[in-house]
Amino acid sequence: MEFVQQVLNGLSLGSVYALIALGYTMVYGIVKLINFAHGDILMIGAFGGFFIMGAFGVSPTTILISFIVSMGVCAIIGIIIEKTCYAPLRNAPRINALITAIGVSYLLENGGRVLPFMGPNPKQFPTFKIQNYNFLGINISQTQIMTIAISILLMALLNYIINYTKIGKAMRATSFDMNAACLMGININRIISFTFALGAALGAAAGILFASSYPQVEPYMGFMPGLKAFVAAVLGGIGSIPGAMLGGFLLGIAETLTKGFISSKLADGVAFGILIIILVVKPTGILGKNEREKV
Amino acid sequence: MFKRLLALLVVVVMSVSLLAGCGGGGNTNTPTNTTGAAESTGATGDTITIGTIQPISGAISAYGTQSRDAIQMAVDEINQKGGVLGKKLKVVVEDDENTPEKTVNAFKKLVTQDKVIGIIGALTSKCSLAITKEAQQRKVIMISPSSTNDTVTDAGDYIFKACYNDSFQGPSVAKFAIETLKAKTAAVMFDNTNDYSVGLKDSFKKKFMELGGTKVVEESYATGDKDFNAQLTKLKASNPDVLFISDYYPTVSLMAKQIRNVGMDKVVLLGGDGWDEITNNAGDEVVGSYYSNHYAPYSDDKEVKDFVSKYQTKFNVVPNALAALAYDSTYILADAIQKAGSTDPEKIKAAMLETNKKFVTGSIKFDPNTRVPIKAITMVKIEKDSSGKLIAAFGGTINPQ
Repeated sequence: MEFVQQVLNGLSLGSVYALIALGYTMVYGIVKLINFAHGDILMIGAFGGFFIMGAFGVSPTTILISFIVSMGVCAIIGIIIEKTCYAPLRNAPRINALITAIGVSYLLENGGRVLPFMGPNPKQFPTFKIQNYNFLGINISQTQIMTIAISILLMALLNYIINYTKIGKAMRATSFDMNAACLMGININRIISFTFALGAALGAAAGILFASSYPQVEPYMGFMPGLKAFVAAVLGGIGSIPGAMLGGFLLGIAETLTKGFISSKLADGVAFGILIIILVVKPTGILGKNEREKV
Repeated sequence: MFKRLLALLVVVVMSVSLLAGCGGGGNTNTPTNTTGAAESTGATGDTITIGTIQPISGAISAYGTQSRDAIQMAVDEINQKGGVLGKKLKVVVEDDENTPEKTVNAFKKLVTQDKVIGIIGALTSKCSLAITKEAQQRKVIMISPSSTNDTVTDAGDYIFKACYNDSFQGPSVAKFAIETLKAKTAAVMFDNTNDYSVGLKDSFKKKFMELGGTKVVEESYATGDKDFNAQLTKLKASNPDVLFISDYYPTVSLMAKQIRNVGMDKVVLLGGDGWDEITNNAGDEVVGSYYSNHYAPYSDDKEVKDFVSKYQTKFNVVPNALAALAYDSTYILADAIQKAGSTDPEKIKAAMLETNKKFVTGSIKFDPNTRVPIKAITMVKIEKDSSGKLIAAFGGTINPQ
């Protein structure tokens, strides 16, 4: 029974990782860039929820508004970052864009520290009154239900956009071959912006869910979950959307089970150990496709 | 190409995460907030300079900022009454963000640049432990207001503290759990990367078993962890009467919600002085919990009342226990300099040992061997007042054996 309980805890943590990992993997799939500032988008999203629910109280309506507003704001921030920081570097060597991404990440973190309404000190995130449900000896909290349900809903929505809409088709085409897609009349710049916006919106949702489960917000809060989600994206196969979801859930469960049955001291070691093993054994990740290098 | 790039990336990620791990989550680059210029050194001219190292930003900034304000208040009062040895007292404030590396930097700056003769700090045990050896070597009087870890004063006879030891605090909470709460089984959550947390947990556990407790189960985590569900699910299986959380208030407030979320809704939460400020940082989930502290602000004691009213008029908040300890530390140090009649560290050290007076946090007299004060412990109970706000109510006292 304890095993099932721990798997459930892992699922709830993993669903947040999966949402963040989706942002990494989509951007990578299209522009081949690891967007290290993605974890900090999570922080901005969480602060959005913090301000809205702090001002208007916690109720199903305000949480819905928080999601919509935070996701919208972060989508815009995602586009701004892409246009100002990454677009000028699109034809530069990949390592330049990567270093820029690390720079943007530090800018957002330290910017948050300096801004008077955010500041360096942790703040309490407003949450619902605690409520638990019991099923056959397994305890599930309202927050866990909300986290898992909203994550799955958003992932289903993303799946729909990617596979069944016109813009999704364009995204897939761009990811497959950017030049060919361009020749077919797809507006590449628009698709890239849309991808960043979509990724950032998911990151913002993940931020609110993360802060609801672990009710504290501070400018550095996105760093560790961002890093773990990156591991999840690589584990599932970077560039692959189902891979990111699978990777996120697997990593969350692996981490929780390590804490629960081996030792809590090893949890982070296991998470990053998985990254090393996967890179050695199957560098493309579980669901990643083998990309042949064309000369 | 792709593989190589990814491998390179992993190296970058690993090293970044390692660095961040060391920094404990928060980092800036400039030491902030130095009051006053550094042109007058140590005791030359017409000022006597002392230093203080406090976590003014970062996770436990509520401690650092209040302590800083309390020290400044004490210094202003002393200067109004004519200063020390006929000279003005000046305090230089350094921020360590509760990271030992930054404490060392702050210490070096205070000693070499500002030439301070005494240091009040650091606030937390892990930060104090990073500088005690050097303070002893350089013969700088150091008085930590609130580092309760037992080993802090081990470095030598220049190191003092204004609070009791964890080896007294932990057992007092255990005694309270067994005798007042009639607990039989206990669970403990502690941060295995924090000296304060580990020391406090060990002493609690030992005494709890000695006094007739039947079982203590423990689980650990690392500084900065946010997800405790796995550990708490394990603890829940043992169904403890009390759960002792050996950590500071930000982690406690984060954990308390998860404790109730995993369905441990009856367990009584207990803690040490690191819980001070919890009433401003947590919700209903901590009501009915107890923690040991250095003073209770709503006491009838004359010194306490004076201090609280002065602090409240000036800063508009009820001072926490760390502010009270910082205030006392400033007076202890200033009194000792006055008594020594000079700024010779040797003489100040001897004068410190003669301290025997009633301060805000109780009567303080140093144990000559450990340089730790012998004083009573206050248990605080978290209650909700009529307006729904959490308050730190008086829960009892435990005297030194």
